Amino acid sequence: MGLLRERFGQQVQGAIRRYPEGRQASAVLSLLYLAQTAYGHLSDEAVTEVAEILDMSPTHVRGLAGFYTLLRERPHGGYLIQVCTDLSCALRGAEDVLEKLCAKVGAQPGETSPDGLFTVERVMCLAACDRAPVMQVNLEYFYDLTEDQLDEIIEELRRAAADGPERRPPFGFGPPSEMTTGESRSG
Amino acid sequence: MAETFVVLRHRQVEGLHRLAVYREHGGYAQLERAVTTMTPSQVVDVVKASGLRGRGGAGFPTGLKWSFVPPDAYPRYVVVNNDESEPGTFKDHELTLRNPHQVIEGAAIAAYAIDAAKVYIYCRGEFWQEMAFLEQAIEEANQAGVLGRSVCGSDYSLDVHVVPGAGAYICGEETALLSSMEGDLGQPRLKPPFPVGAGLYGLPTVVNNTETLANVPPIIEHGAQWYRSMGTERSPGTKVFSVSGHVERPGNYELVLGSPFEELLDLAGGVWKGRSLKAVLPAGASAPIIDAATAREMNLDWESVARTGSILGSASFIILDETVDAAWVAAKTTEFFEHESCGKCTPCREGTYWLNRLYRRLLEGEGGEFDVQLIADVLGIMEGKSFCPLGEFALSVPRSTLASFADDYAALSAATEEGTDR
Repeated sequence: MGLLRERFGQQVQGAIRRYPEGRQASAVLSLLYLAQTAYGHLSDEAVTEVAEILDMSPTHVRGLAGFYTLLRERPHGGYLIQVCTDLSCALRGAEDVLEKLCAKVGAQPGETSPDGLFTVERVMCLAACDRAPVMQVNLEYFYDLTEDQLDEIIEELRRAAADGPERRPPFGFGPPSEMTTGESRSG
Repeated sequence: MAETFVVLRHRQVEGLHRLAVYREHGGYAQLERAVTTMTPSQVVDVVKASGLRGRGGAGFPTGLKWSFVPPDAYPRYVVVNNDESEPGTFKDHELTLRNPHQVIEGAAIAAYAIDAAKVYIYCRGEFWQEMAFLEQAIEEANQAGVLGRSVCGSDYSLDVHVVPGAGAYICGEETALLSSMEGDLGQPRLKPPFPVGAGLYGLPTVVNNTETLANVPPIIEHGAQWYRSMGTERSPGTKVFSVSGHVERPGNYELVLGSPFEELLDLAGGVWKGRSLKAVLPAGASAPIIDAATAREMNLDWESVARTGSILGSASFIILDETVDAAWVAAKTTEFFEHESCGKCTPCREGTYWLNRLYRRLLEGEGGEFDVQLIADVLGIMEGKSFCPLGEFALSVPRSTLASFADDYAALSAATEEGTDR
């Protein structure tokens, strides 16, 4: 049995049950999210296990991993920071925010910081343009970013990481950390 | 004039995302009324008579779509398109976080109307919070007997599930969304057949946008005439307009269709920093640009926006002030489409790639008049050749900025030529 079934056996079954019998391939994205949480990224083992469970070809599943931008084929830092630099955010200073962020964590877009803590990426519209500029850290939204507020956020993330991985927002299929309020943090 | 809250009702009711609060304010009474006192075809008739049109972009009449389900094919599905990915659009984001039950109730009424036993709500992968809220709302509704084996005590049963996407703009296109749901690459399929005849797993499937479905419970409650009392003859009801970019108060604003653009701009606090308006993108990256003078004369309904040569689409208004370079705007939308092209057809895949390179060269000060001409040529070559609408949308902003703001392109290429040693 692989890591995916070991860690998320119940969720795997739950995802498959949502679809009609024989249509288990519909659960593939859900399983790939779980697999990248279990394995850290979509390694060959991760892809093979998903393919096995769903009776799909590993090549096809690997193709999906390459197609969708939220599926991670390579390891990333403990925090994946995705900064929207699309039009609405760019009109309100997203490029400056990104530049400041990169300097602050020591990684250029597409790179991971030397301490392995942060991976920075440019991404397309995150559907929160009313509060631009916007970024997601492990898929948790941070809104209305200014250069100064970035300092605070990064410091807080470093502190949380030093306290142990359980304080980090998880990257994977699970409840976001502040789901009860519907509010993510402002920068 | 003020806003009219038909779908953004949470703006007036605190905590509407919780079932108890939603029910206190009449929630699920319309689903109950539909399943206990109306036949499915009566429901379809009311929605048809209301003139409700799809809010995802195309504006197709919702009731008419429902009526196209072939009579004898089962099972059937309702799929909620919550893959909101158009740059500048964030209405479904707010709706699913703040008023998820109204979306679910609308979807359940749609399911009853077409006799479907399952609803799938496909959410863009970045919407983790929205998915959690929807799951919570569905769970509450199941526990309360509103959904599930016996919907509101009737013999109609309905399961509602959330389905995650994983980061692909193209999945907002309904056939690509269905491919994605079936475990394939999110690439579009040839139409016809349309999903309503052969959709999910080849079975009849109604795909409706989140906002569209949120309109359904109020329509059942107050009737088609009430709905038609708002908006215009051909664009009845209200619409949520997402306003972003250079305004003082970016946000969602719900107005009756046909309201003047000026009113929307005023609600959003006007152009920021006391600057003047240069132009507007009315449907994110996908619609032709509208210059300030035209925009100020325009009303906000499908027909009026179409008369300017643009489209209302999903009504995501990106406001551009006088400092913005229109060629830069086109470069940004081109970058977006290059990234989001699904790779299925050559004109879109290669065309957006080359457009992106040409724009980058211009912006980096390495292009000239020749490159501007080449952009126009590539646009001409791509036109009408792509497999799905994304390939056409990619042309909208480049083509319209070339036509309306040629000076911005000329300034860029002149700057290059000045700096070149000859």
